[in-house]
Amino acid sequence: MRVTQIAAVAAALTMTTMTAQAGTLQDVQARGELNCVVSTGVAGFAAPDDNGQWSGFDVDFCRATAAAVLGDGSKVKFVPSTGKTRFTLLNSGEGDILYRNTTVTMSRDADLKLTFLGVNYYDGQGFLIRKELGINSAKDLDGASVCIQTGTTTELNLADYFRVNGMSYEPVPIETNEEGITQYSANRCDVYTTDASGLASTRAALDDPSAHMVLPEIISKEPLGPAVRQGDDEWADVTRWVLNALINAETLGVTKANVAEHAAAAGDNPSVNRMLGTEGDMGAMIGLDKQWAVRAIAHAGNYAEIFEANVGPDTPLGLERGINASWVDGGILYAAPIR
Amino acid sequence: MESVEQKRNIISTLWNDKEKRAVIIQIFSIAGLFALVWFMIGNAISNLDALGKGFSFDFLFQPASYDINQHLISYTSRDTHLRATIIGIMNTAMIAVAGIILATVVGFTLGVLRLSKNFLINRIVYIYIEYIRNVPVLLHILLVHGVVVHSLPNPKAAMTFNDSFFLTKRGFFMPSPDFESAMTVVWIALAIGIAFTFWFRRYAKRVQDETGKIFPVFLISFGAVVIFPVLVYFLAGSPITWEIPVLKGFNFKGGMVVRPEFLALWLALSLYTAAFIAEIVRAGIIAVSHGQTEAAYALGLRPGRTTQLIVIPQALRVIVPPLTSQYLNLTKNSSLAIAIGYMDIVATIGGISLNQTGREMECMIIVLALYLIFSLSISSVMNWYNKRIKLVER
Repeated sequence: MRVTQIAAVAAALTMTTMTAQAGTLQDVQARGELNCVVSTGVAGFAAPDDNGQWSGFDVDFCRATAAAVLGDGSKVKFVPSTGKTRFTLLNSGEGDILYRNTTVTMSRDADLKLTFLGVNYYDGQGFLIRKELGINSAKDLDGASVCIQTGTTTELNLADYFRVNGMSYEPVPIETNEEGITQYSANRCDVYTTDASGLASTRAALDDPSAHMVLPEIISKEPLGPAVRQGDDEWADVTRWVLNALINAETLGVTKANVAEHAAAAGDNPSVNRMLGTEGDMGAMIGLDKQWAVRAIAHAGNYAEIFEANVGPDTPLGLERGINASWVDGGILYAAPIR
Repeated sequence: MESVEQKRNIISTLWNDKEKRAVIIQIFSIAGLFALVWFMIGNAISNLDALGKGFSFDFLFQPASYDINQHLISYTSRDTHLRATIIGIMNTAMIAVAGIILATVVGFTLGVLRLSKNFLINRIVYIYIEYIRNVPVLLHILLVHGVVVHSLPNPKAAMTFNDSFFLTKRGFFMPSPDFESAMTVVWIALAIGIAFTFWFRRYAKRVQDETGKIFPVFLISFGAVVIFPVLVYFLAGSPITWEIPVLKGFNFKGGMVVRPEFLALWLALSLYTAAFIAEIVRAGIIAVSHGQTEAAYALGLRPGRTTQLIVIPQALRVIVPPLTSQYLNLTKNSSLAIAIGYMDIVATIGGISLNQTGREMECMIIVLALYLIFSLSISSVMNWYNKRIKLVER
């Protein structure tokens, strides 16, 4: 971890000014591969399997972006990052885009010089605890040892929450989610805290998930979204509209199964026609061809399909859509229209 | 034509003269080095500019907003990044000092045992040293931490000694002293004891130089520094009350605690470095010619005095310089602390502060400067000591 940081600083030192500014879209197309910064392994969101194949919620968004930009969703190189190294990896040019359960905040947007593209998961920070301890509220956690990933917003929320509620705790800093699972399993800490989605993933990975529970309190807003380097608006537009297209596809009823059919000829819904390039040429506006959204949706499906396949109720994580339901279904997931 | 010829001559004369050529090459090398450094700095500045990030240390005075589990001075999440850095420095200093002490004690012991004539002891120590030296220190740290966290009991089932010391996977909890006002007398007694020892050692040496009479210096020093203050302590009515840790809710509260992260890092670093020190000590002792020992025996010195007066002073001359670099290694290796979540310099200013503020360049400069200061301080102390013990030439 320390080595990667130093390496990243060294990379920043030796990197020529050209790579920092030039069009990332052209770079990616010339390279024929999209470098996507993901986590080191959060089951359901981004984790490599036994054969080194990455899969997960964030991974599918990476692949959809690659499909739109390069025409092939498999042309992605995944760059694993810890909570600490992710922004350095992105800013030093090791990655083209960051899809790593990253909370959108003002200081990251403005001070760390990132451009956030939107939100692909509305989350909040929670606590995972053993049922045998008999604790039913986060307000009863006074004196607990808490495992916490360093370099995250959850670390700051945790400090604030305990201070405001006049409670003490022992922070047990960890680097990655795997390390968190190890320390929590070994009972080095009573509580593991991170985004509720991450807790669901962690709980599913424990030996006996039923012996653990997530406390009802959600202590923060954690809108998780992708980000790119600031200063390349063209690339930000491309990636932002891929995300928007996947979200819009759900409300427009375009799925992995029927996207080819919809794209074959113009239908009677102009919104679908514009998105899939059968009417006008929206793709040209972001430097791509007419079929960009078709490829993105064809790879892993629309937002709902990606959600169901990776983290939904039928997966080990068993997350409900909740506020992540589309706005037409009473959730807050809402993307700007493609027109 | 002529002037060109002349110029060529001057160049060839300069180039063919060995000394002048050396100067020319050095000038070019230095110019090249400066150009490279200049290029790197320029590049870093222009890249930071391109990203729109200025170079500033103002962030040090903003609230750090994160908590640190081990702090010697008070610290809350409302304190500044600067204070968090100071906590990190203190934690690194603590591990360095504690590590150097333990590594020295264990290293010297192992080094002497390695020279033992007993085959079994000799071999066991040999195998131990070779195992420890040839496994990366990071693995030792992770291993010890894993063993501590996985094998020690939960707080509710803590191993206890006398119901005041508790060993759990959350740390080693012990009573903390609470000094009453009468404690001042004991401190004064201790100061007197130390001052007396200093004076007495000089006095004993003078008497020995003049008359040859030998005092039991160690016993008398021990009495002055330890027994005398302890007697005063009891006479003053034991003016320390102990705050005993009690199990409350999740964890023990009150008293002092040594966290498993500190314990693991301390043991792993010390044992690792001790293996190297053992070899240095062994080499140092072997380096003292056997003739020296024989000469001492011939003069009628006992084996104990021979070791103390003849062997050790000469061995130290060989031991101290490489020992210095082992101390430096230990201090620098402590930066691996983050692997098990011990909050040292790298974890605070070079880790969380860096990440929360995004000031990579500034934070890394601070971290580099701090390690440089640490290393140079250790070096200068050791160099001073080396100068003191080196052979006095007549």
